[in-house]
Amino acid sequence: MRFVDEYRDAGTARALGARIAALCEPGRTYKFMEVCGGHTHTIYKHGLEDHLPAGVELVHGPGCPVCVIPMGRIDDAIHIAERPDVIMTSFGDMMRVPGGRGSFLDAMARGADIRMVYSPLDALKIARENPDRRVVFMAIGFETTAPSTAMTLLRARAEGLANFSVFCNHVTIIPAVKAILDSPDLRLSGFIGPGHVSAVIGCRPYAFIARDYGRPLVVAGFEPLDVLHAVLANLEQLAAGRAEVENRYARVVPWDGNPRALAVIDEVMEPRAHFEWRGLGFIPYSALRLRDRWAAYDAEQIFGVPGVRVADPKACQCGEVLKGVLKPWECKVFGTACTPETPIGTCMVSSEGACAAYYNFGRFSRDRVREATAR
Amino acid sequence: MCLGIPGEIVEILADRPDLAKVDVGGVRRAVNIGLLDEGEAGPGDWVLIHVGFALSKIDEAEARAALDFLTSIGQAYDDEIAALRDSMIEQG
Ligand code: SF4
Repeated sequence: MRFVDEYRDAGTARALGARIAALCEPGRTYKFMEVCGGHTHTIYKHGLEDHLPAGVELVHGPGCPVCVIPMGRIDDAIHIAERPDVIMTSFGDMMRVPGGRGSFLDAMARGADIRMVYSPLDALKIARENPDRRVVFMAIGFETTAPSTAMTLLRARAEGLANFSVFCNHVTIIPAVKAILDSPDLRLSGFIGPGHVSAVIGCRPYAFIARDYGRPLVVAGFEPLDVLHAVLANLEQLAAGRAEVENRYARVVPWDGNPRALAVIDEVMEPRAHFEWRGLGFIPYSALRLRDRWAAYDAEQIFGVPGVRVADPKACQCGEVLKGVLKPWECKVFGTACTPETPIGTCMVSSEGACAAYYNFGRFSRDRVREATAR
Repeated sequence: MCLGIPGEIVEILADRPDLAKVDVGGVRRAVNIGLLDEGEAGPGDWVLIHVGFALSKIDEAEARAALDFLTSIGQAYDDEIAALRDSMIEQG
């Protein structure tokens, strides 16, 4: 299909690279953050940095929900899962995420009943089939998965399922981006906005980035040329002295997002006053909890969780990677003590994590970096 | 889990208008379409699916592009499809 070939076209990529280079002021460096792990994947997989001039750097943001779950929340989930009457359920990505007392897999080896599900609706089905057990769904994810959790809870209530509850760990993207903009470590020139999160929240919530921080944000799709187009659009804005929110993924992202999805989230959940992000610390109003009228379905209230804060392992530099301050390979344990098989940090666990994406695909660019620094 | 997977709607279930049978890379599964506007998507339409829910309607060209991207990333997509295959959403 021609449409697809166009995205993949290496000649077009080179041409875009040339237009990008032409817009760069000599001697100036530009840092664009891709917020979403899907983009990180594309960048490493297709070696997009090879198409960019030396002054343009892509930095990876915090947009991988598995990566930002703090150790303490894993321990809390295991605390619930180890009750004999509980079946804990979560997405496959969660199974190997290390907590202070090991991962879900370790807890399973100790006898906890933890099951991997594709959808919260699968967890609901397990609850229906096991009326004598209490089935908990460990919900994680940004605005792409929060509506699904909310819809599942609405369904549970409609069916009168009393043995189903949610351990809610949903996070929201806007406060995280704001925290990064406020962090002194990093001077960003602009953003590549997430594709699918934006399909839910729309483009309006990003307006403050342009208005208050004077940075452009360009919402982009996941094809290699989409990402290069987004870099170009950022540079065009900067060259013209503009900072705006631009939607280059209108084929999927409506300007106002998905109002139905936002409405169901709002019906079931509300912002949490504080939530800890791995490596980023506590960010106010950056996560969602179940509303009080949903307390009967809130695992945190039903079971009570210790809520202890567990410091990240000393060797782990995920926080710096999540903020884009360090590249994955600059972490001291990258690829040695920390690999996808034996992750120390979360960024190595999920396929959307920067370290895992880099570990799997990034070898070429790493060689290139070595060459560049050796010179 | 974060990957949106494109699927083509085969039919809307008669007794559950919020569920649609969808073809995802040859795997047929029920997905929930309750986050779309009523009547927004029907047989032959493509949707972007996240964890068992259709999040947005997309056109066929975008679906092909998305599939192309997903197959290019290999393992992560295979895992997602395997999870979907094992998914038990049917009448739920
Ligand atoms: S290599 Fe491991 S410990 Fe280091 S930042 Fe990446 S995931 Fe974290």
